[in-house]
Amino acid sequence: MEAILDWSLLSSMFRVVAPLLLAALGGALCARVGIFNVALEGMMLTGAFSAILGNYWFGNVWLALLFACLCVAAVSLLFGYLSIHLQANAIVVGVAINFLATGLTAFCLFAVFNVKGQFYDKSMTGLPKWNIPLIQDIPVVGQIISGHTPLVYAAFLLVGVLQYVLFKTVLGFRLNAVGENPAAAKSLGLRVRRYQYGAVIASGVLCGLAGAQLSLGQVTLFAENMTAGRGFIALVATMLGQSNPLGVMGSSMLFGLMDALSNRLQGFSVPTHFTMMLPYVMTIIVMLFFKDKSYLRQSGRIAGK
Amino acid sequence: MLLQMKGITKRYGSLTANDAINFTLAEGEVHALIGENGAGKSTLMRILYGEEQPTEGHVFIAGQEHAFSSPSDAIRAGIGMVHQHFMLFPSFTVAENIVIGREPRAGMSFDRKAAAEQVKALSEKYGMPVDPWEKVADCPVGIQQRIEILKVLNQGAKIIIMDEPSGALTPLEVEWLLKAIKRLAKQGISFILISHKLHEVMDSSDRITVLRDGRVTGTVTAEETDAVKLSQLMVGRELVLTEKKRLEPGKNILEVRDVTLSGSKGGKPVLDRIGFTVRAGEIVGIAGVSGNGQSELLQVISGLRNTDTGQVLLDGQDVTGKTPGTFRDAGLAHIPEDRYMWGSAKEETVTDNAIMGHLRSFSRNGLLRKGQIKETVAQWIDAYKVKTGSLDTRGKHLSGGNMQKLIVAREMAHGTPFVIAAEPTRGVDIGAMETIHDALLKRREENGAILLVSSELTEILKLSDRILVLFEGRIAGELSAEEATEERISILMAGGTGVETN
Repeated sequence: MEAILDWSLLSSMFRVVAPLLLAALGGALCARVGIFNVALEGMMLTGAFSAILGNYWFGNVWLALLFACLCVAAVSLLFGYLSIHLQANAIVVGVAINFLATGLTAFCLFAVFNVKGQFYDKSMTGLPKWNIPLIQDIPVVGQIISGHTPLVYAAFLLVGVLQYVLFKTVLGFRLNAVGENPAAAKSLGLRVRRYQYGAVIASGVLCGLAGAQLSLGQVTLFAENMTAGRGFIALVATMLGQSNPLGVMGSSMLFGLMDALSNRLQGFSVPTHFTMMLPYVMTIIVMLFFKDKSYLRQSGRIAGK
Repeated sequence: MLLQMKGITKRYGSLTANDAINFTLAEGEVHALIGENGAGKSTLMRILYGEEQPTEGHVFIAGQEHAFSSPSDAIRAGIGMVHQHFMLFPSFTVAENIVIGREPRAGMSFDRKAAAEQVKALSEKYGMPVDPWEKVADCPVGIQQRIEILKVLNQGAKIIIMDEPSGALTPLEVEWLLKAIKRLAKQGISFILISHKLHEVMDSSDRITVLRDGRVTGTVTAEETDAVKLSQLMVGRELVLTEKKRLEPGKNILEVRDVTLSGSKGGKPVLDRIGFTVRAGEIVGIAGVSGNGQSELLQVISGLRNTDTGQVLLDGQDVTGKTPGTFRDAGLAHIPEDRYMWGSAKEETVTDNAIMGHLRSFSRNGLLRKGQIKETVAQWIDAYKVKTGSLDTRGKHLSGGNMQKLIVAREMAHGTPFVIAAEPTRGVDIGAMETIHDALLKRREENGAILLVSSELTEILKLSDRILVLFEGRIAGELSAEEATEERISILMAGGTGVETN
């Protein structure tokens, strides 16, 4: 048992939680303006691929990050245009985008790199690991908190930023208003669509970062469908956290811990197929306890109807 | 004149909703705009509020011409609108709801304290008390309306459009509202009041403009007119009052015995040993201030909710605890009190809404008979004068009054021995009210039993043979049509004994 639960498990939790948390924060932003973003998975996958593509083309991880964000922002714009502008059902559009992302990344993988399954190049460097001065010297804590990619720190920093923006600023107040009653917001002269587009694009950028953490942070490769449902888990984390940044962080960490645990268990004689189930089993268990339907209700009122 | 609307015309395809309408409003004036459902009142106001653009015509405010392309343009020009269905954010506080759109800031932050102080000052200035920190969802309807008015005032409105302001209010709240309007008018705010209720209009307005079929049929001052003249202008003919024939009631159709429904944990029962009967050829009216058990009683006798103890018998059959389907099979037709929650599907077409519950008679071998459906629905629409674009128009595009007419047509067509008519004329115009009342009285003559629940005492008094008054879940008293007066019912409604004490 001791070998399973040690401090490095927590450290790896922080690493795997970052993509979940980034995507879930994006989902939370969309939920705040009344849009149920099922496309997190597809956006994350697009992010993972375009980060590798950017890295390969520019040979620079920072440019690769920027490229990933731009690519996913473009995808989110498509999502936004269909669900906000054309008033299509956001869930249907989201599912479509997820399938599109699966197909498109696999296709581009073959078209650009001429490989199937996965792409890996020794010359590519992944995201750097940053040590935090002072904290890294603290025993145990330093081991857990220090030595992660910048995106891990950014994810947790963003929790605080979003918490402040959503609940303390005028901008956040209006975002919430748009989600709560779009018709009323519109009658007050608020530009409902503009706020909705803003949130959707921001969620795209966050998913781009989430994908980049997957393909450049944890490993430095792209594999077909490498998100493996993490976008959907992020969606559950959004709901479980009531679209509240701090709550989303809590639920993401729970799922991250399960993910890390499943990786760890693979080192023991537990069948991999069983350990890989863990995060998803956890998701289902959590859904059983998740009785608040307010989130689903919100999903029904899209785009200022 | 503060506001002048000149020659406003609005066409939707072949339909002319507004036809060369002239409308003016002076500073501090209360100008009522009345007319039947679909007469064009809402269209005219939507144009003024920038939600629609006129096909022809001009809008002048303080002598300056304006063309509003959105509500924010109208708000900037000093026009505010209090919608019939409130435009509030229920999970936000009162202050947040009022300042939204012009929030006080401290840097990037939303200064909620300053907002609360601002709202407090505003509410004191206009004599409309509210608690800035309370959540809107916890406020009663009357206060919610106050919040709407304060919001509009905070936007700097000089002209306030009020759409059916008294629709959802209790009589006391209506009284308060009309007083508040008059007081604000003295402070220089101008009001446009859209309403169906002639006595309220007569009570609070300086001038009244009547619309019919998109045209102005008259603009009169309140002193030179009365309710009869106004209704003639609205309907375009004289209203005939149907006389209620004397009938000897027959056997019991509905029997409610000792129905009790406990309240939320430990509270008072919502329904307390209610027992009464409705006989064939009789209309029994239920009066009471809303929230005294009417809704729950209706749900119990329509099968939507199970009773804790007691029995419900319909046409001799014990239906206690059965499904709404069994109730309907036993002989129930139900005009529900909330037309959108229980009575219709907003997203579906007029036809689909009309044949709900009639499917069995309109189908053969599991297939719908479209031809017959179309013919029948067209007949109903004609008989009840439902104004709709076509049979395929979606329910949500019908005005509330027209949807109500459609529901009444549908339920009356069942021809059942028992009818529940809950607020059958809420939001409908005078002409349609006459049609609906006639239909109910006709059913009574055909030996039908009708239970009428209404918050309009005039309606209860006009139609009922017997009147039951509900107070805190109990039947506080029963009056026959002969002995009932508005005053005696009001005393019972307020919890009095109904026995005259000198």
